[in-house]
Amino acid sequence: MNNTAIIGIGMIPVGEHWDKSLRQLAYDAAAKALEDAGNPDIDAIYIGNAYASTFNKQTHLGSLIADYLGFNGLEAYTVESADASGGAAIRTAHMAVASGAVKTALVIGVEKATDIVGGSRTKARTISLDADYETPHGATLTSMAALLMKRYMHEYDLDISAFERFSVNAHSNGKRNAYAMYRNTLREGAFSKAPMVSEPVSLFDSAPDGDGAAAVVITSAKLAPDMVAQPVNIVASSAATDKFMLQERDNLLELSAIRKSVDAALAQAKLTRDAIDLFEVHDAYTILSALTLEAAGYAQTGQGWQLAKSGSINIDGQIPISTFGGLKSRGNPAGASGVYQAVEATLQLRNAAGDNQVANTRIAMIQSVGGLASSAFTHILRI
Amino acid sequence: MNNLLMQSQQKVGIVGYGAYIPRYRLPGTEISRVWTNGLGGSPVKEKAVAGLDEDVATMSIEAARNAVKRAQIDVSQLRAVWVGSESHPYAVKPTSTIVAESIGATPHIQAADWEFACKAGTEAVQASIGLIGSGMGKYTLSIGMDTAQGRPGDALEYTAASGGAAFLLGTAEESVAVYQGSYSYVTDTPDFWRRAEEPYPSHGDRFTGEPAYFHHTLSSASKLMELMGTSPEDYTYAVFHQPNVKFPSRAAKMLGFTPEQIQTGLLANDIGNVYSGSCMIGLTAVLDIAQPGDRILMCSYGSGAGSDAFDLVVTENIEKKRNLAPSTRTYIDRKTTIDYATYARYRGKLKD
Repeated sequence: MNNTAIIGIGMIPVGEHWDKSLRQLAYDAAAKALEDAGNPDIDAIYIGNAYASTFNKQTHLGSLIADYLGFNGLEAYTVESADASGGAAIRTAHMAVASGAVKTALVIGVEKATDIVGGSRTKARTISLDADYETPHGATLTSMAALLMKRYMHEYDLDISAFERFSVNAHSNGKRNAYAMYRNTLREGAFSKAPMVSEPVSLFDSAPDGDGAAAVVITSAKLAPDMVAQPVNIVASSAATDKFMLQERDNLLELSAIRKSVDAALAQAKLTRDAIDLFEVHDAYTILSALTLEAAGYAQTGQGWQLAKSGSINIDGQIPISTFGGLKSRGNPAGASGVYQAVEATLQLRNAAGDNQVANTRIAMIQSVGGLASSAFTHILRI
Repeated sequence: MNNLLMQSQQKVGIVGYGAYIPRYRLPGTEISRVWTNGLGGSPVKEKAVAGLDEDVATMSIEAARNAVKRAQIDVSQLRAVWVGSESHPYAVKPTSTIVAESIGATPHIQAADWEFACKAGTEAVQASIGLIGSGMGKYTLSIGMDTAQGRPGDALEYTAASGGAAFLLGTAEESVAVYQGSYSYVTDTPDFWRRAEEPYPSHGDRFTGEPAYFHHTLSSASKLMELMGTSPEDYTYAVFHQPNVKFPSRAAKMLGFTPEQIQTGLLANDIGNVYSGSCMIGLTAVLDIAQPGDRILMCSYGSGAGSDAFDLVVTENIEKKRNLAPSTRTYIDRKTTIDYATYARYRGKLKD
């Protein structure tokens, strides 16, 4: 497949934007990305959004947002794959541009989460689980993550402290990111005392829901160098799915969608794992970070947590993750999270990540994950 | 002239004050035990719970009697009895008439119930300053009292408590503390509400913080200080509406007050959030120990949303008045710890 390139990026701080609507969040991020790309002509808009149908009682975001942006008439639609919607929208844009059907595409990941609160929001998020066999029994994303974490702790005889360094790393990086939702350092001992959300998942294991929007402009790798000074090439794009429900998986602790999409992406880019300078993972829960590192081949089965403990995931480690705070500290605006990853990785590759810069970064892998890794989208970016 | 500072033509003050806290306490750990297997935290240590035979009317009477005891006035001279609450026993039928009659203040009296979420009581105080300050009457009684409702298992259940305070206002000469000026700040901000015939309130979760509590509390407190030409160090004490411990502590810090200035009036950890009575009972705890000349900033918050801020200076009358009724600390220390089942029975949580 032909390569494409990111020529413009934009994002707004993740947080509680009570005074802004869904469309305004999208506008703010898109305007920045378009300006960053030198305001090129746009041929299509792909929206990454997961929960507008339940959070905002709004679907049909493509036309809604295109109209609001002043791009009335363009091809525009939503791409949805739960919390992986951002990654899915990037893949859609990549395929559209690579095929030649679209010259330049605008991808906007947007989520407006704070219009509903508390239990209502938890319930609204369960729309991404199985409505026939999971949610009627009270399952939530967090309670399912808790099952995974409990199983992991049981299998490998660990306690919750094994997961602490994932959150410490995320907050250590997020505190230097002006766009992060929680810019606090995780104090020594705070992790073990955090209130439980769904045992053993505590407040500090799980990423906070936030309002957010991020956008990237994608065009062909061939045209990009004439349009901007530092295009970032998308050298691989892959997607995979797993058994939808945890209960049907042969091995709960093997996230096969993640493994398949990483393997496919590396093969496409003709790269080995060691060539990846940083890996933006979907750290919605610390257990997902541990299992992702294992499924992606960076750790042996049952050893993913050791990479956190040893500092290998830190910004100066062998495989830095969550370099701008990840979902945990930057915040998880669901359908926008995958696009935030692309914006952050682009900043790293442009050597423009400021205090969050990973030294000598040439190749970054980003991965957007839906549900408990029922779907996974992996992209490799290169400068 | 657009005079934002509210000051009466003749100076008005607190002639008598009285607190009331029911004796039962439900620890946060007990609520957490029932709803989170003991794994969740609690924003306060424990909360005060009204007994089976208590409601806003009976508790208001208790506080009113304490206020009258300290004021040492002939209650027939009261021209108004006003009760602010969001848990009036009746939807239609005033609490204030029950209170007025019970303390012997009827019939030559104005009586009404006030509602503005947690600042219903301080709204009644603002109105009292106007009534006395204009010379319409010599004394009024303003009460903030609640038996606050929290849906079982909801975050509010940890703090929604029972209690409050009564303030008998009159002319400055007779007062234990004199109002120097006041200010009110109100917007239409739907952070917390309870529609008619709903048993429990709804709330906007974290929306109740920054754009609601903090915006209004900080706006009213800082504006009053600007209008008065004062700064935090001019006050011996500051008392804020206290839905938990964290919010008033953070608001005080943001305004520039020290922990020492707020600790006397910060009772939420011991009694929970008594809604309309929250900062009013905090003020009674301050008056229990304040010295003549001490200056106090008091700032309420009511969801919906608004905040009333008051600037008071304590007079020499405090010495001879404060021991005429039980101190607020006496009520805090008089306690019987109950379990969740007893709480469920006392507060009518069990339905047929």
